[in-house]
Amino acid sequence: MTADIDALRPGFENPAPDANAVFRTVLTGFSYPGRILALPIAIAAPPRLNATAAAVLLALADLDAPVWLTADVDTAPLRSWLQFHCGCPLTALREEAVFAVANPDAFGAVDGLAEFAPGRAESPETSTTVIVQVADLRADGAVRLSGPGIAAPRSLAAPPLSPAFWAVLRDNHARFPQGIDVILAAPDRMVCLPRTTLTEG
Amino acid sequence: MSDGLSGYNFAYLDEQTKRMIRRALLKAVAIPGYQVPFAGREMPLPYGWGTGGIQVTAAVIAPGDVLKVIDQGADDTTNAVSIRRFFSRTAGVATTTRTADATLIQTRHRIPERPLTEAQIIVYQVPIPEPLRWMEPRESETKKMHALLEYGVMQVKLYEDIAHLGRITTSYDYPVRVNGHYIMSPSPIPRFDNPKMNQMAALQLFGAGREKRIYAVPPYTRVESLDFDDYPFEIQRWDQHCALCGASDSYLDEMVTDDHGGRLFICSDTDYCGERRAAGHRGDTDLPANPAPRTAP
Amino acid sequence: MYVAVKGGEQAIDNAHRLLAEARRGDPAVPELTIEQIAQQLGIAVDRVMTEGSLYDRTLAALAIKQARGDITEAVFLLRAYRTTLPRLAVSEPIDTAVMTVQRRISATFKDVPGGQILGPTFDYSHRLLDFSLAAAATVDAAASPAEPASASAERTDAATATGPTPRVTDILNAEGLIEVETADDTQPVGDITRQPLTFPADRDVRLQSLTRGDEGFLLALGYSSQRGYGKSHPFAGEIRMGTVAVEIIPEELGFAIDIGDIAVTECQMINQFQGSKTQPAQFTRGYGLTFGHCERKAMAMALVDRALRAEALGEDVTAPAQDAEFVLSHCDAVEASGFVEHLKLPHYVDFQSELVTVRTLRQAFSDREIPGVPDV
Repeated sequence: MTADIDALRPGFENPAPDANAVFRTVLTGFSYPGRILALPIAIAAPPRLNATAAAVLLALADLDAPVWLTADVDTAPLRSWLQFHCGCPLTALREEAVFAVANPDAFGAVDGLAEFAPGRAESPETSTTVIVQVADLRADGAVRLSGPGIAAPRSLAAPPLSPAFWAVLRDNHARFPQGIDVILAAPDRMVCLPRTTLTEG
Repeated sequence: MSDGLSGYNFAYLDEQTKRMIRRALLKAVAIPGYQVPFAGREMPLPYGWGTGGIQVTAAVIAPGDVLKVIDQGADDTTNAVSIRRFFSRTAGVATTTRTADATLIQTRHRIPERPLTEAQIIVYQVPIPEPLRWMEPRESETKKMHALLEYGVMQVKLYEDIAHLGRITTSYDYPVRVNGHYIMSPSPIPRFDNPKMNQMAALQLFGAGREKRIYAVPPYTRVESLDFDDYPFEIQRWDQHCALCGASDSYLDEMVTDDHGGRLFICSDTDYCGERRAAGHRGDTDLPANPAPRTAP
Repeated sequence: MYVAVKGGEQAIDNAHRLLAEARRGDPAVPELTIEQIAQQLGIAVDRVMTEGSLYDRTLAALAIKQARGDITEAVFLLRAYRTTLPRLAVSEPIDTAVMTVQRRISATFKDVPGGQILGPTFDYSHRLLDFSLAAAATVDAAASPAEPASASAERTDAATATGPTPRVTDILNAEGLIEVETADDTQPVGDITRQPLTFPADRDVRLQSLTRGDEGFLLALGYSSQRGYGKSHPFAGEIRMGTVAVEIIPEELGFAIDIGDIAVTECQMINQFQGSKTQPAQFTRGYGLTFGHCERKAMAMALVDRALRAEALGEDVTAPAQDAEFVLSHCDAVEASGFVEHLKLPHYVDFQSELVTVRTLRQAFSDREIPGVPDV
């Protein structure tokens, strides 16, 4: 019953322009990796998702884009909400996911990050886009970013992510053209990290 | 919307189609120069007339965008007019002919002369997205060649030009290597425009509707035109300058002015030319006076 | 001069006005109605529905009228409309074995259960211009048509028109003489309007592409396969045309309901197969299906379908009709006509760059300054 009530929490207020605004933010994010971008719309987030992660799924997931949810996010109310608003299949297999929502663990690592679909050599676009929910995003961190879209190297802090996370991302970068793409979702802002971005530090 | 388009969604495409294109676009940006297959839809304009660019623009365009559409560098060529009208009708967005004012530029065959900025996105219409198509017509083969970076045939093709003709004769759609990895078709822009793609501040998106491929070059990304150490890449140069604005640094269109070999050279980029004239620059010819015939070289 | 080259809005508006005038023709001649086209140019309507992949006779007739009889243009109009329609449900597969048959012939057997039914066909008409049709056009259209031919008069045997008419291939199937085809319900059926065509392409998406493909292109390819470009020894096992019910299973009901009838033409070609080390000799199949009455298209499609199965059947792939990537990438008339006709668009920027190159090469030639790259 609670599941049904949660499913009725609103999605986008104005579907076409809101979806566009969120998409354009993500597009800008992947175009200029490391740039901290404000979530452009207000949205009532469903349980266990922050507003940014919720908005990205609303804008981009649908019946052609299976979503994987990490265990501490995967609840009946959230499932109802996603199925009601996105109509997306929920998959238990990381390698099947077009989008995935993951949380850092107590050590600031994301468990199983390397097991999401990296795409195939002949079709590297069939890779998972992993949305990692973080507490905050600031430009004053120890992580240095470089690569396409970055005119001069940037710095980033993304608590609670730890060096273990960045090490996995560095290996991911080395697999180019295969590899996952990552959206770091803080409650009111995001940073996008395509596989082309080299993360150091 | 008195023209019968009132029953359609914002920017014509339904939201599900837009999501499909948007997901493809994000992957395209994440894999610079790689051609992402997408389920291209039939558009109300014919294939080959910009349906790929139109679908990309329709998926990207927001109510606040200012759209510029050019074909051959000009805003007033018939197909540019037709596409601009399409978006005025279906998206109700503001349009402009001024490169500086545009947030979204859809183009066929040119990159504007004025450097683009981070606040802009350029969308190229692409007829044949596969740079290896003329050497290997099979998609199943070219996909493997890209995966293995087996690009020897492209170097051989360019080298054969040099061997037979003393120079690389590919003058437009000149292949580039993106971020040191994939070889990509820049679309049929003249090679004069190739250097503008390198480290461009704006996001570059490419749509091929009939071939159902989307690809991208992120901002600040290395785009190198293929060449050889002893035969470096070079762009077209003219002895003439623009007859209207006097520019000597722009791509020039040649116009036949009479049937006695009369020629006139003018900027292909009409906005660039207009801005220069507004700033007081003048060429040899006053618009629209009859040019003096010249003899072709 | 400058303005004339650059064209513009006014030119487009004028072109649209001239097009409207040319479409209408002499206003003294009565305007065609959609109903007249749907009724009297039925085969054109069927072709537009088939290649347009939208079953709607009225819209197809409208498209033909708007396109001034240009069938490819009409297909394009219908496709562009179709792509904007919401998808409300996916139908169950139609069952042509229970077709209400209007025409049904087999070239492989003298007689078959269910009978041979000629139906409305040009096959045995003498192709003599019928001037009475021209004369009739000038008299009152209300003149009563000839008495409708009775269905039974068209039949060559006494079989009834109702009830299942078994497919000829099913009869062969019972004897094990023809390959068995079973639907693989474990795999989702592809949809070329939702996923881009990629290669290698499975038979479901190949058949979809062929049904939407240009009749003329498939006809030529099918013909080439008969002339030695590809191994083909086809027999027209069966061609049937008639109406079948379309059913959907609404989620909330859970059982199938009939939403209407459509007319289709189906062709099953029977082809020889020599057999291999692992398989005994057996007949193989080629399949064609169209909306309405598009018999030539269905036959050509069946020939090409069989030719495209060469690789899967372990035959040498040597001819164009057997090359899936060649056939499927080029069979769509909307794609093909768009790209051929886009050559009308201005290309002067590219042409200018070619001019610069050719002039440079000619200059170098006349200066005899071809740089010394050793011949290889």
